[in-house]
Amino acid sequence: MLKPNPGPGKLIVVEGIDGSGKSTQIDLIHKWLLELGKSVYFSEWNSSPLVKSTTKLGKQEKMFTPTTFSLIQAADFANRWENQFLPMLKAGVIVLADRYAFTGFARDVVRGVDAKWVRNLYSFAYQPDLVLYFQVTIDEAVERISSSRARIKFYEAGMDLNLSDKKVTSFRLFQGRILQEYDRMAKEFNFKVIDATRPIQKQQKEIRQMVSTVLKGWRGLPNPVQSAREHNRKDKLGQSHLEKSNG
Amino acid sequence: MAKALFYGAGFPYLDVKKFPGKLIVLEGTDGVGRSTQVELLRKWLEKNGNAVSDTGLRRSPLTQPGLDEARKGNTLTPLTISLFYATDFADRLENQIIPALKAGFYVLSDRYFYSIIARDIVRGIDPKWARNLYGFALVPDIVFYLKAEVETLVTRIVHGRGFEFWEAGMDISKADNLYDSFVEYQTNMIDQFDQMAKEYKFHIVNANKSVKDINNEIKEQLQKILD
Repeated sequence: MLKPNPGPGKLIVVEGIDGSGKSTQIDLIHKWLLELGKSVYFSEWNSSPLVKSTTKLGKQEKMFTPTTFSLIQAADFANRWENQFLPMLKAGVIVLADRYAFTGFARDVVRGVDAKWVRNLYSFAYQPDLVLYFQVTIDEAVERISSSRARIKFYEAGMDLNLSDKKVTSFRLFQGRILQEYDRMAKEFNFKVIDATRPIQKQQKEIRQMVSTVLKGWRGLPNPVQSAREHNRKDKLGQSHLEKSNG
Repeated sequence: MAKALFYGAGFPYLDVKKFPGKLIVLEGTDGVGRSTQVELLRKWLEKNGNAVSDTGLRRSPLTQPGLDEARKGNTLTPLTISLFYATDFADRLENQIIPALKAGFYVLSDRYFYSIIARDIVRGIDPKWARNLYGFALVPDIVFYLKAEVETLVTRIVHGRGFEFWEAGMDISKADNLYDSFVEYQTNMIDQFDQMAKEYKFHIVNANKSVKDINNEIKEQLQKILD
C-alpha cells in the first residue's frame, strides 16, 4: 500500500514490460494534454542525471547485485521524487511517469529481493491517481523489441540472473517472470489493465477516456499560455463592454 | 561457527547461513577516536594470530564517484543521499564484509549503518523507514559505541583536524559559523546514537577516557566473545 496523493496535482503512470507499447501511449497522452492547455510534467524511469554516473559504472562493470541494483534505482527515483514529482504535484501539475515504483517492485522481486523490503523502500511515494498497465504476451513483446531495437542490453535481458547464455532466451524468461509479478500487483495497486495487443488508436481512445475521468471537475495549475489567452479575452470583453457603455 | 543473523530479510538470494568470522563494529560520532581504536585492535588481533579486514564508510568502488560528486554540491536531497549511502553499504556488505566473514576473517568495521541512519534522521528522514531499509544488514557480533560529550569532541577537533563543513552539519544548519553548527549537529547525532544503543544492544564505552583505557575496555569485552 502506498499513501494516497494529497494533491492538488494529479499523478498518472504507465507500467508494463519492455515492448508493451506504454511509452508510445504516454507520449500521445502528453501531447494531448498539452493541446488541451494543461500544465503537464513528464518523467521517465532511470533518468536522474546525478545517479546516472553510478548506474552507468555499475552496468558497464557488471558490479550490481540484486540489492545494490534495487537501491540505486530507488536512489534515482528518490532524486526525481524530491526534485520533480513532489514539487510538481504540490504546484498542481499533471505528472506523467513512464514507469514508477511498480517497475522496481516487479524487477527486484524477480531478481530475488524481498517483496516487503522493496515495498518499504518506495513507501515515500504516492499511489498514483491512475496506473495504466499495458498487458501483452511475451511473444508479442519480443517481436516488437527485436523488430525495433538493435540490441537487447545485459540487464534488460536479466543476464545477471544466469537464466540462459543466450540473450533472447534470457530476455524471454526474465520478462516472463516480470509479467507474472505485474499480474500479481494489479489488484494490490489498483492497476487499470489495458489490452496492449490491440491497435494503437483503440488503446489511446480508451486511455483518454480514463484520463478524462480522473481530470473531471479538476482545474489544477493553469498553463501560462492558456491563462494569458484567457486574460486577453476577458480584457477584450471588458473593453467592448466599456466602449458600449461609453457610446 | 556462528549463525548469520540479519535485521530483516537479509539477502534472500545469497546462501549465507553460517560463517567462521566475526563482525566487530566501532560506532560513535566524529572525533570520538574510532579510527585510532580500529588501528590498535587490528594490531592486537593480528598479534594473536587472527586475520583482520577493516572497512569504513564510503569506500565502495561502485558508489565512490557518485558520493564524491554529491559532496561537492548541495544538489542531492535527503532521500537520494540516504539511498546512495545504503547502496554503498550494501555493496560493501555483500562484496567485502560477507566474503571476509566466510573466509574466517575478523572484520573491524569503522562505523556501520547506525551512523548512516543517525545522519539521515537528523536530516529529516523517517526513522522507521530508515530502519526497515537496512533489513539486509547483518547483525554484528558486537558493537562498541564510543560515547563522548560534545565538549570532548570540540576539544579533539580543535586540537586535531579542525572543524569541517560536513562534520559540523553545515548543510542543514542555520548557524553562521562552524562551531555553533558542530555543537548542535553532534548533540543531535549523540541523541540518535543514545536511542539506538538500547535497541541494537550497543556496548557503551566512555570515550572521554584516555586512548589506552578505552582500548583496554574494548579488548576485555572482545576477549569474552572471542573465546
